[in-house]
Amino acid sequence: MSNTKDLPPPKTEIGVVGWCRKHLFSSWHNTLLTIVVAYFLVTLIGPLLNWLIFDATFSGTQPSDCTGGGACWVFINQRINFYIYGFYPDPLQWRIDVMFVLLAVAFVPQFIENFPKRKWFGIFGLTGLPVIGYILIPGGHFGLENVPSSKWGGLALTLILSYVGIVASLPLGTLLAMGRRSDMPIIRGLCVIFIEVWRAVPLITVLFMASVMLPLFLPEGMNFEKLARALIGITLWQSAYMAEEIRGGLQAIPKGQYEAASALGLGYWKKMGLIILPQALTLVIPGIVNTFISLFKDTTLVLIIGLFDILGAVQSTITDPAWQNVTTEGYVFVAFCFWVFCFGMSRYSQNLESKLDTSHRN
Amino acid sequence: MNQTDPAPKQSNRRPWNDPRVRSIAFQVIAIAAVLWGGWSLFQNTLANMESRGISTGFGFLDQTAGFGIIMSLIPYDSTMTYGRTFVVGLLNTLLVSGLGIIAATILGFIVGVARLSHNWLVSRLALVFVETLRNIPLLLQIFFWYFAVLQNLPSPRQSLGLGELIELNNRGLYFPAPVTEPGFGWVIGAFVVAIVAAYGIHRWAKKRQLKTGQLFPAFRVGLGIVIALPLVVYALAGAPLGWDLPHLQGFNFTGGMTIIPELAALWFALSIYTASFIAEIVRAGILSVSRGQTEAANALGLHSGLTLRLVVIPQAMRVIIPPLTSQYLNLMKNSSLATAVGYPDLVSVFMGTTLNQTGQAVEVVAITMGVYLTISLVISALMNLYNRAVALQER
Repeated sequence: MSNTKDLPPPKTEIGVVGWCRKHLFSSWHNTLLTIVVAYFLVTLIGPLLNWLIFDATFSGTQPSDCTGGGACWVFINQRINFYIYGFYPDPLQWRIDVMFVLLAVAFVPQFIENFPKRKWFGIFGLTGLPVIGYILIPGGHFGLENVPSSKWGGLALTLILSYVGIVASLPLGTLLAMGRRSDMPIIRGLCVIFIEVWRAVPLITVLFMASVMLPLFLPEGMNFEKLARALIGITLWQSAYMAEEIRGGLQAIPKGQYEAASALGLGYWKKMGLIILPQALTLVIPGIVNTFISLFKDTTLVLIIGLFDILGAVQSTITDPAWQNVTTEGYVFVAFCFWVFCFGMSRYSQNLESKLDTSHRN
Repeated sequence: MNQTDPAPKQSNRRPWNDPRVRSIAFQVIAIAAVLWGGWSLFQNTLANMESRGISTGFGFLDQTAGFGIIMSLIPYDSTMTYGRTFVVGLLNTLLVSGLGIIAATILGFIVGVARLSHNWLVSRLALVFVETLRNIPLLLQIFFWYFAVLQNLPSPRQSLGLGELIELNNRGLYFPAPVTEPGFGWVIGAFVVAIVAAYGIHRWAKKRQLKTGQLFPAFRVGLGIVIALPLVVYALAGAPLGWDLPHLQGFNFTGGMTIIPELAALWFALSIYTASFIAEIVRAGILSVSRGQTEAANALGLHSGLTLRLVVIPQAMRVIIPPLTSQYLNLMKNSSLATAVGYPDLVSVFMGTTLNQTGQAVEVVAITMGVYLTISLVISALMNLYNRAVALQER
């Protein structure tokens, strides 16, 4: 009697049918919703896929090769060199390639758990890599031919802008965050004013200011190139955001840590440098990655002051009369590039966040 | 005796080891550095402006601007002053920010709730919406709407029309403008009276519920009054409202109201981009309300609508408001990207054309940044007030 087998669940509750019943058709209004959404998707996705892939032309060299009625990816193929390297001279593009490889070496290990010594790869990325880039990309030393910054462009310029913006704003932001948490009222006041003013103004006004007003501020004879001015503006602006992220980390460190460090007889800088900042900075890595994502997207604004980042490069070529109406192809290409970078980084920061999250809310 | 004294005498310390002296010294140095930096910047700027022959002061605001602006909420033509261009630009910025905030909030809340839907298809669709749009730069989205969508619409001659009422073409979206006739004031008056009455009914219903426990459908009755009363008065006053229809004249439409493509592109892109962030905020807010709250409300016998309105939403709002504020601020700041497609906002008109014509960079940039700083402070102050109203009342 007692060893009679349990009856299997009804067929409508398990497998594909059961899943559909539970997730798509659980009630009459749910069913209605499913049908409406499904109809919408079918009418939308079919033509979209046709345009993107099935009717699109991938190989060829000239506008007349695009006959399928879909997207004309030939156009992107023809211009890809310009989109990645800008006006950087062809025989010297290996320098940019080296930087791409080093960037991957430094940061791909961060995505792989248990990668040996991955922390040191990250530290190299924040310290050694900018130095190498500073020597390699402009050239002019060690027998490398000089490439003026007006020739930089495309994806390389986008990466340079956002990378320099982050690396330079990290120490500045840390100092500002410490200043904002300081006991000295005047230092604290100055830091608060700096942070709040920069955070309240749009990046575009900062870029305008950097390109129009910076030459007025500097003494006679001292001047920067357009790219350097943009970088100064971006760094100051970004350091305010960075300061707020880091302040969050400083506030999250329990008071006992500060007191224990003082009890050991450490002075302010040793206390911060050895005890507090290492913990606080680890805590805010997800936040820093998120600010990096938004900075990465915001670097597209430099096209307004006349620098050719990847969007600027695409924008300048899609009006070419030889190719009829390739606007959408160009934008889809740029969108895809940005999406891959940003989505990857946001996944990384979410992953890290859930690992750092030690609360037991659910 | 001295050795057992717990507090060492101040005089035993070297002055540079005394934290108070050091802190004062640091602050004096900081102030000196800031003042010196500011002074040298000021001197440099004065010297540079003199050598380039740039005049100073705010006198330029009274000079004639001499350039046209494609869209203005107040009467403007090229004979007016630079000061007027500032007001036109500011109003256009406020217009697109306001429209964007409304649309982004509505869309963001819908997508955020859809993300939590039990319907698999709906929640996946919302996920794809969020993950795609927030990872694509806003400027690119504005370009997409402007150059790839709106510029490819048919010309005014082949305009897409909805009857004779709404016309859509690459010059903009045209729709009828209401023209008030005498007597329309009565309708507005009726509307105000209806709102006051609805508020009174709400107060009365709440008082009665507290006293007797009986419910009264105050919301439905109030809504009915607000809609019905103005309509009745409108009919009684003999329909004192005409419509100015758009019609084709020459190569373009005239009459009616227009949304220019620059505004439409900026508005769509801003709302959709910000909505993808708001959706995630809303989702996090709703998820932050623990399941026990919903279960407890059900156990008390509240049906699902009341549970949502009285238990879940008030608690979720506490989590939602602070990040929502910063999204509103972001939207307002991002509206300055208007300059990329030529929508005449503050940055495009004032920091663009006016600055180029007058060359007075310092004054123009200072005014523009001051405006953004002020708007930021006002929005955060308002949202802080609201946040205080919904915050946890701890006793």
